[in-house]
Amino acid sequence: MAGTLQFDLVNPERRLASVAATEVQIPGADGDLTAMEGHAPTITTLRPGILRALTVEGVKSYVVTGGFAEISASGVSVLAEGAIPVEEATGTVLDAILAEARSLAAIALPQDKDAADKAVADVVALRDAVLAH
Amino acid sequence: MPSLKDLKNRIQSVKNTRKITKAMQMVAAAKLRRAQEAAEAARPYAERMTSVMAGLAGSVGQSAGAPKLLAGTGADKVHLLVVMTSERGLCGGFNSTIVRLARAKANELLAQGKTVKILTVGKKGREQLRRDFGAYFIGHVDMGEVKRVGYSNAQAIARDVLARFDAGEFDVATLFYNRFQSVISQIPTAQQIIPAVFEGGAASSLYDYEPSEEAILADLLPRGVATQIFTALLENGASEQGARMSAMDNATRNAGEMITKYTTIYNRSRQAAITKELIEIISGAEAL
Repeated sequence: MAGTLQFDLVNPERRLASVAATEVQIPGADGDLTAMEGHAPTITTLRPGILRALTVEGVKSYVVTGGFAEISASGVSVLAEGAIPVEEATGTVLDAILAEARSLAAIALPQDKDAADKAVADVVALRDAVLAH
Repeated sequence: MPSLKDLKNRIQSVKNTRKITKAMQMVAAAKLRRAQEAAEAARPYAERMTSVMAGLAGSVGQSAGAPKLLAGTGADKVHLLVVMTSERGLCGGFNSTIVRLARAKANELLAQGKTVKILTVGKKGREQLRRDFGAYFIGHVDMGEVKRVGYSNAQAIARDVLARFDAGEFDVATLFYNRFQSVISQIPTAQQIIPAVFEGGAASSLYDYEPSEEAILADLLPRGVATQIFTALLENGASEQGARMSAMDNATRNAGEMITKYTTIYNRSRQAAITKELIEIISGAEAL
């Protein structure tokens, strides 16, 4: 059995999870990455996507909508702007997130336009992935 | 000299007031516990956020291409004061202390020839500031409909502030709120949020950054503003309930003292009336 690392997931309002995990799959801004014990210390921003943690209590999946992750050799702390367990992410919840991303893209300044459009595309992909699940 | 009937009425009315203040105190105590829990729960996020940003700011901050939110606009001309107060009164000196601090700061800035803009959150502070600084108001956030302060409230305020910053409306932004220390002590605090200030920014160069440090910092700074506003809102919420609780506790105690005082007066006048009647009867009998 592989070693475990401490997995913390917090959003601005509360701590959502704090358990030992063998691996954590993170939707990083530059691509997905998996953190396991002994990972090089890394800080990465998140894109909207699914965060999956293989914990001692089973697999836990969360829909995250941005934030960042701090990875060290012994732990992962994910500071998500918005995070909900994947079971609670129904079509209506995802539609609300999508609508918000679209409204932000609509008012984005020209220099932020690409980033906002990418966020919308990420949310669309996220929505399809969750609903197909 | 009030009549016995008047005294009786007054005692009853003070008793009713005491019931109300007592109830308000207990409601505030319950709300305080919830507000404290919320502030407690939000702490891990804010702390991590600050430590990561402090580390990044330590390594990126000095370079020329540092984001404006960190390095400032280069000017120090226009100040935005975000004054956070409550929506409801009857909470002792809670609102006055914040307003006093904000007013002192505004006067100081004006004396230095700076331009002041004021954004108020919560209507009590707005009412108190309107007379002297009404001309400097640029906006108001109404929290009257908000039952529980959520991150989305803070985000909305942050978006407003950041949009104004991007439009070049101000150079420096300062938050005014009450930091919760205990039920009897709340500390009015002025906290500069733009440009961001960090204490003891130890450079954490041991991390790999993905994407670049600059990109992460640019992404985090606006979130940092929202987080700081959120923390301030929560601290303010807890402080408000704490202040209300002690104010209502005082009011309840005062009402109790008043009731004792009036009851003594009432009993004394009642006895005086009896004595007077007795004297009248006795002297009437002697006259026969």
